[in-house]
Amino acid sequence: MEIDVLKKVPISEQDPGVRAHNFDEVCLGYSKEEAVAEASRCLNCKNARCIQGCPVAIDIPAFIHQVSEGNFKEAYRILSDASSLPAVCGRVCPQENQCEGQCIRGIKGDPISIGKLERFVADWARENNIKPEPPKNKLDAKVAVIGSGPAGLTCAGELARMGYNVTIFEALHEPGGVLVYGIPEFRLPKSEVVAKEIDNVRALGVKIETNVIIGKSVTIDQLMEDEGFDAVFIGSGAGLPKFMGIPGEQANGVFSANEYLTRSNLMKAFDDEYDTPIRPGQKVAVVGGGNVAMDAARTALRLGADVTVVYRRSEAELPARVEEVHHAKEEGIKFNLLTNPTEILVDDNGWVRGMRCVKMELGEPDESGRRSPVVIEGSEFEMELDTVIMSLGTSPNPLISSTTKGLEVNKRKCIVAEEQYGKTSKEGVYAGGDAVTGAATVILAMGAGKAAARGIDEFLKNR
Amino acid sequence: MYEILKAEMLAENIWLMDVKAPRVAGSCMPGQFVIIKIDEKGERVPLTICDYDRNAGTVTIVFQSVGASTARMSKLKKGDAFRDFVGPLGQPSELCKESINELKNKKILFVAGGVGTAPVYPQVKWLKENGINADVIVGAKTQSLLILEDEMKAVAGNLYITTDDGSYMRKGMVTEVIKDLVQNEGHKYDVCIAIGPMIMMKFVCLLTKELGLPTVVSLNPIMVDGTGMCGACRVTVDGVVKFACVDGPEFDGHKVDFDQAMKRQQLYKTEEGRAYLKKTEGDTHKGNCSNA
Ligand SMILES: Cc1cc2nc3c(=O)[nH]c(=O)nc-3n(C[C@H](O)[C@H](O)[C@H](O)COP(=O)(O)OP(=O)(O)OC[C@H]3O[C@@H](n4cnc5c(N)ncnc54)[C@H](O)[C@@H]3O)c2cc1C
Ligand SMILES: Cc1cc2nc3c(=O)[nH]c(=O)nc-3n(C[C@H](O)[C@H](O)[C@H](O)COP(=O)(O)OP(=O)(O)OC[C@H]3O[C@@H](n4cnc5c(N)ncnc54)[C@H](O)[C@@H]3O)c2cc1C
Ligand code: SF4
Ligand code: FES
Repeated sequence: MEIDVLKKVPISEQDPGVRAHNFDEVCLGYSKEEAVAEASRCLNCKNARCIQGCPVAIDIPAFIHQVSEGNFKEAYRILSDASSLPAVCGRVCPQENQCEGQCIRGIKGDPISIGKLERFVADWARENNIKPEPPKNKLDAKVAVIGSGPAGLTCAGELARMGYNVTIFEALHEPGGVLVYGIPEFRLPKSEVVAKEIDNVRALGVKIETNVIIGKSVTIDQLMEDEGFDAVFIGSGAGLPKFMGIPGEQANGVFSANEYLTRSNLMKAFDDEYDTPIRPGQKVAVVGGGNVAMDAARTALRLGADVTVVYRRSEAELPARVEEVHHAKEEGIKFNLLTNPTEILVDDNGWVRGMRCVKMELGEPDESGRRSPVVIEGSEFEMELDTVIMSLGTSPNPLISSTTKGLEVNKRKCIVAEEQYGKTSKEGVYAGGDAVTGAATVILAMGAGKAAARGIDEFLKNR
Repeated sequence: MYEILKAEMLAENIWLMDVKAPRVAGSCMPGQFVIIKIDEKGERVPLTICDYDRNAGTVTIVFQSVGASTARMSKLKKGDAFRDFVGPLGQPSELCKESINELKNKKILFVAGGVGTAPVYPQVKWLKENGINADVIVGAKTQSLLILEDEMKAVAGNLYITTDDGSYMRKGMVTEVIKDLVQNEGHKYDVCIAIGPMIMMKFVCLLTKELGLPTVVSLNPIMVDGTGMCGACRVTVDGVVKFACVDGPEFDGHKVDFDQAMKRQQLYKTEEGRAYLKKTEGDTHKGNCSNA
């Protein structure tokens, strides 16, 4: 295959006009030839900067080198050493800020498509039925893992590999956390990718008990005192949606992004075979600019709506991954930037009829370093709408912290856990992922799950 | 899977089931609820816990067949199983949080409407077990829709039954019975707990506000997860937005914005809502539409 070393080997995607009407995956992935060609652009740096950009320090040049030689199995082994969900990370990591953002090739041309290569290798391994090895030695100690998102799955997988007896408790009826209820099918296929990753965790001997809400069905103290668990990992995420608190927000037709996405992804409301209803709307505004907002907007679009993203800062500050913003635009989603809603307008029957907004301009940078938006006087205007989806971020559910003796939380309700091993203020209890950091990323949650597994192992060995 | 150990029709379209769910049975309290999913493709249906047996590990639910999911549930028999059964959700009834001595000094009135009789029953029973007799008003549209009469008789202090059409016992709405008891028969109550259709709770609260009788209601808005994650269940209480699944389902009835709550309940439910859906969605409801 002929390539230009300064350019990424292009990857095939569904045509925007077609994919705007279906829930199939947008990106179709590299073929073997394309993957080998892309991998051959890697300079195999001695002091590889990409590794420093990866929160779990995957040996990136090593795996890419194996891909360039066609040794996909070995490439997978290298990936698996550091990441337990490579098929997921390759698809959803914000690579432009991590590995690819550091890549030396990026100075003069395009960085190596590290994420796409990671995805290729993980998909290849799945298609060729390569599974992680179950542990040889079994240990007696029992560990409970709360939540089956990336943090919980990783922690459980790592502990099982060490030989521990691990049970995951999940509140919902399906395991996967945000990977099943939040991130849509067209970015992360559920039965092909997520379910297979969960099968791999089960193959290591991890038991998964769904429909158990820790703090309601049973408490952490009861798990440790009555059910014989020697240690606990909390990976319960940050699932509570925020609303703006503006007038009209209770009207019919105002949803949290979590509700909209849960109906579509977890409950599969987009499929007529399933009982759960969804009201997609015809003219939809999504308020917010993160990955969640992009996912809600692109889901509404696929359900047939005309969609506008309303965000109070400018394009440069959009917290969503660049690729998602680019895909959203290609698909025909409009952006009303530097715009902030002040009121939802409601008709006589209690349904949304529009939204009043003001225009903003960027002022001085705030403590986060982002320039904070200020209202432009007299800029008020109305948008005609029938649906508003609020995507303003989420915070951790206080259910666990409020029912567990001696578990410290900070004022944002995040569980306080020491960074290196996720140790909390309660002996034998570890925590990581969004429950500790607040809404963050899959790879950080995974990294925290892995670190906590090491912490728990130390704790149990030194008891 | 959660096995159905008993399935019984209590009245026309009203069903009682005992379901094996040891974790829920082991930790639930009166006032809490569960969410049930029949199978892979089913909805998540919230239902109040009507009774429980900690030793047997069973939970009793009572539901009315009102739509697609509850109709499907009513077809299940003893030996069948639900795919999912999660709980207990929500806060236990306020009553369970007060001390027994405090409660003994209180005159408590329960008002149950229709299938709302089911969630009232465990609270009255719990009080009885703690040596407290509460008065209970049960209202039903007609005699054939009356449920749990014998069970309620066994645990209630005074039991007043009324039917809208007068086919059994008193005739008229539950609100008329409250008026009778308080204004004509000289009963004094310290607290009223009203559970039933939203419209009934609204009118009970309008009346008890006039009577100066503090009233607790149990709200049943639309829900998805039941754990605080989606906000579908939000209701306005005393001007503040609450999530009924975690802050409730019981609230101070005099502070609930019922009109808003009733509108929100219609979101997917009524014929109107469905027609609205059809109109606004057209064929796009099928996600995978092929007009590309
Ligand atoms: C729509 C959306 C899109 C996103 N897109 C991206 C992206 O493109 N890239 C990226 O890197 N990140 C993305 N994120 C963020 C990322 O998904 C999260 O940071 C990550 O999933 C956090 O993992 P976690 O394991 O900590 O928690 P979660 O994935 O939230 O999992 C927590 C699990 O714990 C369960 N749970 C909670 N409480 C209890 C309890 N009391 N008892 C039992 N179980 C409980 C929950 O049901 C859930 O299954 C996105 C998030 C959303 C919502
Ligand atoms: C916390 C809570 C506890 C509940 N406890 C019980 C219970 O113990 N027994 C019981 O029978 N039901 C209970 N419900 C209501 C029950 O969940 C609904 O009846 C059920 O979800 C309807 O599903 P469906 O698909 O059969 O009907 P749908 O097709 O969804 O609705 C059909 C009809 O039922 C009416 N309806 C639907 N949902 C409700 C609702 N939440 N409240 C009032 N009317 C409604 C609609 O107006 C519509 O006309 C409870 C709800 C909540 C939130
Ligand atoms: S896991 Fe994420 S950050 Fe690490 S190499 Fe892969 S894509 Fe880059
Ligand atoms: S049902 Fe989802 S937050 Fe209450």
